[in-house]
Amino acid sequence: MDIHEYQAKKILSSYGVQILDGELALNASEAVAAFNKLDSDICVVKAQVHSGARGKAGGIVLCKTEEEVKIASNKLFGTHLKTIQTGDEGKIIERLYIESGCDIDREIYLAFVMDRASQRIVIVASAEGGMSIEELAIEKPDSIKKIEIDPVVGLTGFQARELSFALNLPKEALGKAVKLFMGCYKAMTNLDMNMLEINPLVLTKDNDLIALDAKISFDDNAMFKHPDIDALNDNAQKDPREVAAKEHDLSYVGLDGDIGCIINGAGLAMASMDMIKYCGGEPANFLDIGGGASPERVGKAFELVLADKKVKAMLVNVYAGINRCDWIAEGLVQVIPKVNLQIPLIVRLSGTNVEEGIKIVKDSGLPIILADTLKDAAQKAVDAAKQ
Amino acid sequence: MSVLLNKNTKVLVQGITGRIGNFHAEEMIAYGTNVVAGVTPGKGGLTHLGKPVFNTVKEAVEETGAEATIVFVPAAAAADGIMEAADAGIKYAVSITDGIPAHDMIRVKRYMLRYKKDERMILTGPNCAGTITPGEAMIGIMPGHIYMPGEVGVIGRSGTLGYEAASQMKAEGIGISTSVGIGGDPINGSSHKDILELFNEDDKTKAVMIIGEIGGPQEAEAAEYIQRNMKKPVAAYIAGLTAPKGRRMGHAGAIVSGKGESAAEKVELLKEAGIHIIPNPSEMGSTMKEVMDKHL
Repeated sequence: MDIHEYQAKKILSSYGVQILDGELALNASEAVAAFNKLDSDICVVKAQVHSGARGKAGGIVLCKTEEEVKIASNKLFGTHLKTIQTGDEGKIIERLYIESGCDIDREIYLAFVMDRASQRIVIVASAEGGMSIEELAIEKPDSIKKIEIDPVVGLTGFQARELSFALNLPKEALGKAVKLFMGCYKAMTNLDMNMLEINPLVLTKDNDLIALDAKISFDDNAMFKHPDIDALNDNAQKDPREVAAKEHDLSYVGLDGDIGCIINGAGLAMASMDMIKYCGGEPANFLDIGGGASPERVGKAFELVLADKKVKAMLVNVYAGINRCDWIAEGLVQVIPKVNLQIPLIVRLSGTNVEEGIKIVKDSGLPIILADTLKDAAQKAVDAAKQ
Repeated sequence: MSVLLNKNTKVLVQGITGRIGNFHAEEMIAYGTNVVAGVTPGKGGLTHLGKPVFNTVKEAVEETGAEATIVFVPAAAAADGIMEAADAGIKYAVSITDGIPAHDMIRVKRYMLRYKKDERMILTGPNCAGTITPGEAMIGIMPGHIYMPGEVGVIGRSGTLGYEAASQMKAEGIGISTSVGIGGDPINGSSHKDILELFNEDDKTKAVMIIGEIGGPQEAEAAEYIQRNMKKPVAAYIAGLTAPKGRRMGHAGAIVSGKGESAAEKVELLKEAGIHIIPNPSEMGSTMKEVMDKHL
């Protein structure tokens, strides 16, 4: 789960990370009021969307007067910010963060990530801030410093000092740097973050270290421990189809093709999509219906996939393990007359009680195209979508 | 022999009295698995499915000599259940649970390091279908009847895709020595490479199939191991060629977040390492047959 920059900063601030004064604004007049409250010669109006690279997309505007704040706010509110990370749709701007400015001496890249190779938390940092980590990896790979943290001991003082020196921070900032790194690590582990990125972290002329931006991603699986964090979720930043899917505990990812997919198991779902592509088609979505494919869940899955008007054919592929094909077939036969299906439906059942399942589908008299194998199913779906 | 599990392995079921634990314990026993006991804190002294129930894993191990365990514990407490097994001297644990927090798993993995390598518990999962040695025993939630005994070792992240592979192989007349689910989570007990090492030394296993997917470095690590050390032919399929970058495809670990994590890049690495690539998921059985005909 991602959160907004202003929320991330508030969290980090409570862990001792220094941030600039800032105010949230939900409309232009609040933005102007925030500017006046900050009482700063200069401020930055920052679009709060769940994406990086907001500056390049025009989502961050430097303002010096009340009038400039008003113009920038009016221009941003309600529009969709399209960054290199958001895709063509962009993400809606409903909140602005009005932040005061500061004198920047140097910019630093700092991130805490869950490293899958070492299976530990690793700090990734570079004295060359301002660029994305992907750009850094290409342009200045030698500048990237990595520190692996033992989960039992936690981040040690010597590791934090080592990092501070590796980033060429002046000795006057050493104590502040150690405190900052320790605070970030504590926040990451206390709150089950998957990723914490401060880019840039700035060193000021007074040797202060300030988080100028902050990006946090939390582990969805741990949100039961942190209801206060879970409450920061902003559905407006997500694909509405994915929001609807989550309400029904279905795993869904919307894509651009025209073949709707309902499959049990994430691996089989990805494989079925690959098979569609291999047969010359494009999947419209990823949807894992999970183990217990009850008629209710099947019904919800159909509603969800059919809400995408691009879908020209449907593929249902179920491998019944603990499930049974006859139960799934009964669910399908109950659901299909209710969903007003106007497009071809291809069904492939396999596994436990497959003969009984196929018989139920055939006896129903519904216009369902049955398929034997994964390839047969994908080919029939691709052919049907092309007609 | 087989890896991790055979018909004599004494198996414990943590959470045997729960709805899910009960259902699968019954299936495992019906398949022939040597289930010796269950553990449910607070229900020690009961008999369930004809097996004694203990309060702690330690007691169960002391009383029954259990060597392996399957942990049917809800996500919030699953990490603790796995550590309890490691502490009790269990040799092999399977964690089925989906949704264990990643930070919990980091602690589990670090906790297991406190034991010397030859005494350390092997963990597979979480978020997997389990392990089966066809015709002998299963510790998991898979439909046992689709697996045919044989000589191919299978390692996979996904449950249902593993079933698909097993039935395609069966249709080609190819059997399986042991099929091991390593699960779809980003922080998992064993990697592809960890299980490859076991199959490499297993007399019964003549060839191996890897079923990987997008996300993480474990397929690349496997490619490197195979190129250097593997004595047996390997075929591999990587799911998620159509998965877009940065989107989580169901499994917590199935997300392309960096270089080398996409299906196309993984396929390229495996191909360079001399591994037989399964071009699409309907050719898992036929590719394996070609590999067997060519090498064995």
